[in-house]
Amino acid sequence: MAASPNGHDYRVIGTRPVRHDGIEKVTGQAKYGADYNFPGMLYGKILRSPYAHAIIKSIKVDKAAALPGVKAVITANDLPALPDKMEQAGEMALNMSHLSANIMARDKVLYDGHAVAAVAATSPHIAEEALRLIEVDYEVLPPVMSVEEAMKPDAPILLPGLRNKEEGPDKPTNVATHLQFKRGDVNEGFKQADYVVEREFKTAMVHQGYIEPHNAVGIYNPDGHATIYCSTQGSFVVRSLSAAVLGMPEGNIKVVPAEIGGGFGGKTTIYLEPLSVLLSKKTGHPVKLTMSRAEVLRATGPTSGSTIRCKMGCSKDGKLLAAQIWMAYEAGAFPGSPVGAGAMTIVAPYNIPNLLIDAYDVVVNRPKTAAYRAPGASNAAMASETIIDELAEKCGIDPCDFRIMNGAREGTPQTAGPPYRRIGYIETVEAIKNSPHYKSKLEGPNRGRGVASGFWFNVGLQSSAIVNIHTDGTASVVIGSVDIGGTRAAQAMIAAEVLGLDVNDVRPLVTDTDSIGHTDVTGGSRTAFATGWAVYEAAQDVVRQLKERAAKLWEKKPEEVSFANGLFTAQGDGIKPMTIKELAGRLARTGGPISGRATVNARGVGPAFATTVIDVEVDPDTGKVQILRATVAQDVGKAIHPSYVEGQMQGGTAQGIGWALNEEYFYDERGILRNTGLLDYRMPTCLDLPMIETCIVEVPTPGHPLGIRGVGEVSIVPPPAAVANAIAHAVGVRMTELPMSPPRVLKALLSKRTRAEAQAAAAGS
Amino acid sequence: MATVIIPAQLRKLTGGKDRVKAKGRNVRQLIEDLDRQFPGFSEQLLQDGDVKPSIAVSIDGEMGTGGVLEPVGEDSEVFFLPALGGGRENPGG
Repeated sequence: MAASPNGHDYRVIGTRPVRHDGIEKVTGQAKYGADYNFPGMLYGKILRSPYAHAIIKSIKVDKAAALPGVKAVITANDLPALPDKMEQAGEMALNMSHLSANIMARDKVLYDGHAVAAVAATSPHIAEEALRLIEVDYEVLPPVMSVEEAMKPDAPILLPGLRNKEEGPDKPTNVATHLQFKRGDVNEGFKQADYVVEREFKTAMVHQGYIEPHNAVGIYNPDGHATIYCSTQGSFVVRSLSAAVLGMPEGNIKVVPAEIGGGFGGKTTIYLEPLSVLLSKKTGHPVKLTMSRAEVLRATGPTSGSTIRCKMGCSKDGKLLAAQIWMAYEAGAFPGSPVGAGAMTIVAPYNIPNLLIDAYDVVVNRPKTAAYRAPGASNAAMASETIIDELAEKCGIDPCDFRIMNGAREGTPQTAGPPYRRIGYIETVEAIKNSPHYKSKLEGPNRGRGVASGFWFNVGLQSSAIVNIHTDGTASVVIGSVDIGGTRAAQAMIAAEVLGLDVNDVRPLVTDTDSIGHTDVTGGSRTAFATGWAVYEAAQDVVRQLKERAAKLWEKKPEEVSFANGLFTAQGDGIKPMTIKELAGRLARTGGPISGRATVNARGVGPAFATTVIDVEVDPDTGKVQILRATVAQDVGKAIHPSYVEGQMQGGTAQGIGWALNEEYFYDERGILRNTGLLDYRMPTCLDLPMIETCIVEVPTPGHPLGIRGVGEVSIVPPPAAVANAIAHAVGVRMTELPMSPPRVLKALLSKRTRAEAQAAAAGS
Repeated sequence: MATVIIPAQLRKLTGGKDRVKAKGRNVRQLIEDLDRQFPGFSEQLLQDGDVKPSIAVSIDGEMGTGGVLEPVGEDSEVFFLPALGGGRENPGG
């Protein structure tokens, strides 16, 4: 039995069964989006802008349309014009005009790779040939590639209709939003501080790097209904947004989620899906669209690059007194960077009495950003956690002790004001402090150890679940949450736990949008929490119904029947306890089949904290940083399947290290992306990383029946700062720009040497 | 009456006060009362009769899911803050 942090002993939860979908995935039977083929299917291709910023004067498609084998050519004129304001689309609120213009440019192209037209043809080669025959007349404009350029008073304007509250209704701007968070009096706080550190940080735009490119097969039926097969984190989001972009009733679209080869937040929006339906409508055939790697990097949502100025102060005994932060995030071509989340996470692990944060969402000529694992938080933590490390160093306090001394606890106010409920931040720092890694000695030249912490909110949102009992006493669990990180196994385990079944007797299924109630995206670390809650309640519904059946058989009242450890029992002569398997064979005679159902709009979300320690060795001649050892401690509430929880912790850490050391978009002076493949966009491989050690911390979320917290995101937050702090302790340079690639580290080392030589010369003279 | 903690950017409506008292059994009534006391709150917080998608409401430390229908207690502490998930463009990874 697995012991629970909230006092329960679990039979299934906390164990490590083989995943239900494992065989299909390792044998290649699992169907991914690009694996779907249908009779008469056509192949679509997208024409993309070769400019970062230009007005579209005209598009001529006649020659392309006349090419033998071409069945349809579409442009933005084939899509309905949508209002330039926030509108509800199903359960989401978005600026539909921006969403549509990102899928297909209407008047302007706003980034290298922006879609301008699409073709459907009888072969991919003919479709590609047709793209070359489309004539687009552009008026090229100067690109705006950074938040600094975009915020200048005379900057070229990307979106002529964009306004913000501060600059008023008459002033075109590239600044979509300014958020401010304020507590106490920062000036007074800094006055009281013995140590104040202030630095400016820059982080690069980076991509989620999912291995499977975007894809979609659209099938439009003459009755006005359509089906979309695609790789997505949220089939219901695809349905809502595609319906809005196409001007179709939402209920006329069915979305079938394929297996997904990674998403990390990047597959929570749409690109190809409505175009596949529109091309299918025009041709009368199914149409498949798949992106190349270059298209993924050029035209799908990475996360924001950012500039952050961070100033923090503390007393000499280590008490944090004030923090003042200015942060601007690249939204990409349309508003919607995660700067709000960045602002609310940047000092979230700490109790700081005086705080002032100004945060700006800024449009630039880069692809529209999408969510990426704890969006906005890694950028932010790179700044704050570096400064925390410096303050601890100035105070002569161990970095873990400094964090424990100032760390957020139950009742500490969050950045936006509400107090934390029960959280496990301190426990994550203590877990690192007590880890074999942190207790080990790190010896050798140019080696250093760095610690950093991170916070992520997690979200709840809506989920639906059905649990069916079969006549042999096995069960199936039907959900609408796409399985990214072991969802099927976790949900089957929850149902098995409640029903007293072996986990292998529970079959988990991810179904389409017509077959289950609304379910929000697999994202925001919500799936185990919210869908798990729905499955728990649906299984409880099954137990309730089974008690009624047992009562009928035993001629008792349902409330006289009890259920524990997989057995139904009641007091009375001759009553023998029954298992679900025994009872399932009697369903037809006691009232028919049993399905348990539940829906949740989950409340009481428990936020997540992680603390990471990383050892590095810096090559002083090249600036290359080698990761020697990494350990992450994370509060997960309750680990349903510890292996998959550890996998999430390790995966986030690996991505965070990639962000720290190598990953970045390289744009040339014309705003053209120069590293459009994975050889040049350098993600870490197994050769770059040690085995990442994990410490699972379990502080249950109050209110959740199983105490679950989301686990999918927060581990990506600490690594950039942990690596930066390790570099500082290895070679004595504070890195303030990501990635900390060899040229940047070498430059910092050479500057340090030059300064030291100048000082020595001055001292000598 | 409930205590409403005013976000920094709305404090111009309350003459700089960061917390005010307001009455109402749900968020709609609370915002109506705020608007009576400090004109402009409805415009800042509501769209099409519900809480703006970009805004979340926390009541007694818990994020509400019911928009203007979310119940408010007599002594509740209410925060209006930027929304995460559902109503924003980057709901999380």
